[in-house]
Amino acid sequence: MPGISAETVPSPAPRGKYPLPRLTKPKAPAGTIYRGNVGMWSWVLHRITGVAIFFFLLVHILDTALVRVSPEAYNAVIGTYKNPIMGLGEVALVAAIGLHALNGLRIILVDFWAWGTKHQKLLQWIVVILWIILLIGFVPRHLMNVFSE
Amino acid sequence: MTTTIESPRAPRTVRRGGVNWEKWGWIYMRVSGVVLVVLIFGHLFVNLMLGDGVKALDFAFVGGKLSNPFWQIWDTLLLWLALIHGANGMRTITNDYAHNRLVGVVLKGAILAATVVLLILGTLVIYTFDPCPAGSPADLLASFCTAG
Ligand code: HEM
Ligand code: HEM
Repeated sequence: MPGISAETVPSPAPRGKYPLPRLTKPKAPAGTIYRGNVGMWSWVLHRITGVAIFFFLLVHILDTALVRVSPEAYNAVIGTYKNPIMGLGEVALVAAIGLHALNGLRIILVDFWAWGTKHQKLLQWIVVILWIILLIGFVPRHLMNVFSE
Repeated sequence: MTTTIESPRAPRTVRRGGVNWEKWGWIYMRVSGVVLVVLIFGHLFVNLMLGDGVKALDFAFVGGKLSNPFWQIWDTLLLWLALIHGANGMRTITNDYAHNRLVGVVLKGAILAATVVLLILGTLVIYTFDPCPAGSPADLLASFCTAG
């Protein structure tokens, strides 16, 4: 018996009845509703902040572990957290965590709550506003602590 | 770069039974995220905002906190939830960008190894910590070390 060749398989969709969609090649990979939109930037920032916090946490567990070495060793390292350059680094860290946390909560609301999906633009703005409020509460007080004697 | 999109009629393997780990990972990211908001902002508030903030942190400060079971449990939850959440997120990112199989396996192995080692180390630190080590100058220790 001869093998079944492509020609012997009946065409699943008769042409006339189901016209094939016309596909045109896009000229540039731009102009989707997603690319370049706020949704893309919040995703990029969520990624970058997540990675940054992860690496901070790796170091932070090691520096805290110095309490098992000696009080002097721990104080020497935690002392570096108090200098002005590190103080600015802590502002950046809190800003990153604040953004990741608020944006994470937004993702969760959009995933589980139909209202959140429908009003996701509004939620984006709420994230930005709460983030600014958080930083207004934190940054001046922290900088006063860092730069005071 | 060409991308082949499979015919919708192409045969595919359908999962039957077994644990859907990817789904549980997805759920874990969300559940741990909600809890971490409380744990992390509580941690930052107590350590950076109360009193003199970052200037007040030293061995004696940690001695005071970690001799209290409340903060021991707080820090344990913070350690485990944050590190596993972060590691699982790093795994997702590795899957997205490491197109070479070997590179992916090596990176994910490194993430897993670092996570396991730091979970053990961090947990041991919390529960074996001695706030009043013998022979250390009293002015570096919490006040309760010298009282009585
Ligand atoms: C403060 C509370 C936090 C909340 C509410 C939160 C929320 C989330 C959520 C919901 C996701 C999943 C996103 C998705 O599936 O699309 C996620 C991803 C991620 N998180 Fe968090 N997170 C928090 C803290 C942290 C911490 C402490 C770390 C680091 C140790 C971290 C690192 C990451 C990473 C690396 C990802 C993967 C990002 C990606 O796939 O693009 N997060 N976070
Ligand atoms: C600049 C910001 C931060 C400062 C100054 C700081 C300070 C400290 C201090 C003094 C301790 C000793 C124990 C205690 O206070 O409970 C500690 C422990 C700890 N911190 Fe932070 N922290 C910061 C940010 C963070 C963040 C963002 C995370 C989570 C992503 C975190 C996770 C932890 C964990 C898990 C421990 C316990 C470590 C162990 O098991 O030995 N910290 N931190």
